[in-house]
Amino acid sequence: MSAPQQPATQREVSVEIAAAAGAPPRPDGHPDRAYAPYRSTALRSPHQPLVVSPPSLTELAAPVFGARDVAPIEADLTRHHAGEPLGERIIVTGRVLDGDGRPVRNQLLEIWQANASGRYRHDGDQHPAPLDPNFTGGGRALTDDDGRYRFVTIKPGAYPWRNHTNAWRPAHIHFSLFGTAFTQRLVTQMYFPGDPLFGLDPIFQSVTDEKAQQRLVATYDHDVTQPEWALGYSWDIVLDGAHATPEDRD
Amino acid sequence: MSEVTPSQTVGPFFAFGLPFDGGGDVVPTGTPGAITLYGTVRDGSGAPVPDALLEFWQAGPDGRLPTRPGSLHRDGRSFTGFARVPTDRAGDYHLRTLRPAAPTGSPHAPHLAVTVFARGLLHHLFTRVYFPNHVDANAADPLLASLDEDRRATLIAVPDGGPTGPGYRFDVRMQGAGETVFLDLSTYATGEPPATTETPA
Ligand SMILES: [Fe+3]
Repeated sequence: MSAPQQPATQREVSVEIAAAAGAPPRPDGHPDRAYAPYRSTALRSPHQPLVVSPPSLTELAAPVFGARDVAPIEADLTRHHAGEPLGERIIVTGRVLDGDGRPVRNQLLEIWQANASGRYRHDGDQHPAPLDPNFTGGGRALTDDDGRYRFVTIKPGAYPWRNHTNAWRPAHIHFSLFGTAFTQRLVTQMYFPGDPLFGLDPIFQSVTDEKAQQRLVATYDHDVTQPEWALGYSWDIVLDGAHATPEDRD
Repeated sequence: MSEVTPSQTVGPFFAFGLPFDGGGDVVPTGTPGAITLYGTVRDGSGAPVPDALLEFWQAGPDGRLPTRPGSLHRDGRSFTGFARVPTDRAGDYHLRTLRPAAPTGSPHAPHLAVTVFARGLLHHLFTRVYFPNHVDANAADPLLASLDEDRRATLIAVPDGGPTGPGYRFDVRMQGAGETVFLDLSTYATGEPPATTETPA
């Protein structure tokens, strides 16, 4: 395949991002897996077209999670150690909905993120920013009967990566979600409003449609903010994929 | 166009967020009939992918899909139907499970549903693991029947008995020669009503 190349400059990558920005969004609303400005996609995106198939009965069902799987404290990432983590304490809350606007009830959400300095608790993270002994950065929660979730955490920092020279990821929290069907599985990232790195980031910009990009960005929500304690952000998540109609469920 | 929240890559740092203890133990050690399902994930150059995450979801040998909460919790006796396994430095993964039977009324041969996540993959990939011994059911399976021989072979696990008991190898090739068949199971693609009524531009 392609020979190893010198890392591109941000200017060069930004030209590629601008060229791809004209591309129509994929009909399913997700980014094209072969997105050149994100270099790692080059060898990891299929060349063959996906085979369109009706979901099997297995794929129309999903793993079931409950109180046995998730302890309530897992939704508060600031309380996993003896002390308080450094950084800006935040609340992130919202609803998980299916494509018809119905709440996805009692399903699992998992998040993971860098600390306030932009450092992950992971051996592969070489960013010379400090680890925080009071912050791991992984959390879990179940949605309630209204599809609502709520995490307490700290705002993650931006961090550098090696996609190109001087590449920095906008601050984000990774989210993993299950729906009522295995086909609704979603892993995505939540961003913070007004981040100056949005235009420069190939992963954010892989969603080429501006309206779809906005669906990745949380809203600052003063009604969620708690006095003398934490800033609030709201972020709703909509799952697609084939899902069982109520009649299909027993 | 759909109003879904777009997918983003799982990235390289999911290790403390997603893998969980016993994630590859769909059944406990010593379960009669347990098999090891294992393989290697490779990229378009044939290099192993050390930062992929695979999920498996399946019916049990009785054709039932688990409906009891507790898919992450390993209690040492239950069949959970769900596995989540990261690849190691060599791109290898493995899980211990039971071979599924087809749920009642399924037009499909027995299979495991698989989701592949990785750094460099902006949207996960779906595939399936079928088993070679279900000759008639595989021949009648609408997906397998629609594929030519080479492509079909990428979805069928290869029996590989070993010292640790019956094993099946299922390699994932993300791109290029021998590329695994990946599936589009979306409502849009399968012709079911789209999530919104917006007319295409
Ligand atoms: Fe990240």
